[in-house]
Amino acid sequence: MTLASDSRRPALIVETPAPRNGPAAPRRRTRLTRNRWGYAYVAPFFLVFAAFSLYPFLYTAWVSLHQVNLSNLDGGTWVGLDNYTKLLHSQFFWNAARNTLTIGILSTVPQLCMALGLAHLLNYELRGRTFLRVVMLMPYATSIAAATLVFAQLFGRDYGLINSLLEVVGLPRIDWEGGTWTSQLAISAIVTWRWTGYNALIYLAAMQSIPGELYEAAEIDGASRWKQFLHVTIPSLRPTILFTVVVSTIGAVQLFGEPLLFGGRGTTTGGTSGQYQTLGLLMYQQGWSNFHIGQAAATAWAMFLIIVLIVGINALVGRLRSRNDR
Amino acid sequence: MFHSTKGRAAVGSALAAVLLTAGCGGSDASSETAYDPNAPVTIDVGLFGTFGYKEAGLYDEYMSLHPNVTIKETSVEQSADYYKALQTRLAAGSGLADVQGIEIGFVADIVQNHADQFEDFSKTENAAAVKDTFYDWKYQEATTADGTVLGLGTDAGPQAMCFRKDLFQQAGLPTDRAQLGQLWSTWDGYLDVARQYEASPTKQADSAFLDSPGSIFSSAVYQGDLAFDDKDGNPAPDTSDGVRSAWGYASKAAAEGLTAGLSQFGDEWNSAFANGGFATISCPAWMLGYIDSQAGPENAGTWDVAPLPGGASNWGGSWLGVPTAAEDKQAAMALVEWLTAPEQQVKMFTEEQHFPSSSVAAEDPAVAGATSEYFSGAPIGQLFGDSAAKIKRTPIGPYDTQMTQAFTTALTNVATKGQSPDAAWDDALANVEQVTGG
Repeated sequence: MTLASDSRRPALIVETPAPRNGPAAPRRRTRLTRNRWGYAYVAPFFLVFAAFSLYPFLYTAWVSLHQVNLSNLDGGTWVGLDNYTKLLHSQFFWNAARNTLTIGILSTVPQLCMALGLAHLLNYELRGRTFLRVVMLMPYATSIAAATLVFAQLFGRDYGLINSLLEVVGLPRIDWEGGTWTSQLAISAIVTWRWTGYNALIYLAAMQSIPGELYEAAEIDGASRWKQFLHVTIPSLRPTILFTVVVSTIGAVQLFGEPLLFGGRGTTTGGTSGQYQTLGLLMYQQGWSNFHIGQAAATAWAMFLIIVLIVGINALVGRLRSRNDR
Repeated sequence: MFHSTKGRAAVGSALAAVLLTAGCGGSDASSETAYDPNAPVTIDVGLFGTFGYKEAGLYDEYMSLHPNVTIKETSVEQSADYYKALQTRLAAGSGLADVQGIEIGFVADIVQNHADQFEDFSKTENAAAVKDTFYDWKYQEATTADGTVLGLGTDAGPQAMCFRKDLFQQAGLPTDRAQLGQLWSTWDGYLDVARQYEASPTKQADSAFLDSPGSIFSSAVYQGDLAFDDKDGNPAPDTSDGVRSAWGYASKAAAEGLTAGLSQFGDEWNSAFANGGFATISCPAWMLGYIDSQAGPENAGTWDVAPLPGGASNWGGSWLGVPTAAEDKQAAMALVEWLTAPEQQVKMFTEEQHFPSSSVAAEDPAVAGATSEYFSGAPIGQLFGDSAAKIKRTPIGPYDTQMTQAFTTALTNVATKGQSPDAAWDDALANVEQVTGG
């Protein structure tokens, strides 16, 4: 909802006119001295940020240029871009990248569509609306581990509830965890279950800031509920939708907990033939199962570049569209 | 980037040491050599999983024998998490406990890469006598090429074959453990029994002869002259006789549909114990407790134990080592010697069902004569003792755990997805390459 009002937000730094009677000191210095308390107040955040975000970020880049094992973190040998070239020639990297993409699409698209629909329904005057909203947020408040372990049992091959139900209606049992598509569908189901309500609430909040006159005007023009949804709600929500798409995409690239725990043993291979190993899981396997820290750092940076690329494309598309609208 | 700060710290501490010795004069040196075994000392013990020393009351016993000693234990549940922490601490050279548990999965890494960071048990006064109490293979696994002994053995994992007597009976197979031991003295014999079981018209529906092809593989692989590594402990699975023959038997079982195709330690595998999903499983001594807890009291007396096909094999077991960074090395090493001594190993077997890595302890009547009520009165002490005595030492390496996983997951694909054994073999080697190539 913050992004919904993005276009109307005033510029962050408001230029204050320099005092006319002040000395002709260099402008930059005056501002620095005048605002020193401001800088002092924000300093703790930036110090913590530097220690726990910036430093690991740069250190990861440094490590990714070395061949390093966990047990000799200081004694790595410089290998230049070797880890990256190895990664690009690794079947495991491309397998994980493909899985991340398919699981990402399988989980993000239905999740956001369902969230939009749910938000639209919740936007009506309903009895027990608050209750419904709280219920929708419950999955989000459940821990990934707990949810995944329950889902893994539901999707079990021999003793899982879903297969028992399939059998009752006369369908064959499915080896959910063993198959490629079945395991990816199952994992997408966990992600969708967890995040749909959260996104629905974000959409709902944005919907409530759409002025009612727009709907009244549309109604006078004879637009049906569905037409109103298509031509009033969706265009007004565009910045919010862009925001949720970006956030879910980042989440999809980083998907880790669900595929790690879905096998039930906490193994990092993502299934017997890596059928649901995501990039996050591959990175963890390289670093914490095989102890090749340099390789894992290279994968981490590859993931970062992928996210930057996707967000960049998103921003570009958003800008082009808003330019066309004008 | 760590070098500069580390260097500075080293210079700082060296400076401090110089100042201290200069300040206190020469009297310091003499008091350092004269070790006082009765000075109060706290020993930190860093372990993983369930070593069970505290539960068996051994710490309390030691502290009452040595009133000046206080033992503090910190334990991490998963050995994998423990190993990660241990590695970073060894790399940093700080944060180590006075006594550290070492598991079979990473003892080779310690021996190959961190030998200089652990105290040598071959240099103690009674080293020769201590050595004689252990199985030779156990003692050697924690010994470097130049004879430094980095830890003393706690428990061992000699293997046997656990089987469901009731399922065998239902399928019309013999249920006498000695007779079965004869029938499956080799893995080929075991596969023949498996085929009979699967062909039986009366066998329990939805049950398979064994849990997973990994059950055959991970025990047969250590029955060859070489397992995953060459004589120097470098990974070389494709040229190893043990891997080849273990793969042959296991992939045959997988391709012929003799297994339930389960992944060991997965949810479905756990449930299958109680549901009778499979009739046999190779079981190291420590797995008896696991079977007991998974299958539950209602299955008491349905399980039995017979000898392992193809000879002896070991799965699991640990050591206790003392890092050179330990504050009071003598006290820590004395504690390790006491905890791993035969009397204590016997107690660990009777109290916590941990099979001894000490041959003296295994021959003790309390161990050798032990039977298990849950497993139909099987003479487990004698079964596992025979196995442990026959284990031959195969070279182990730092990546054995990951390589076992690479091969067993490939075998699962043969069993559950109908993949051809040759294609699965190639997959397994590609996975091994990823692990060892780095």
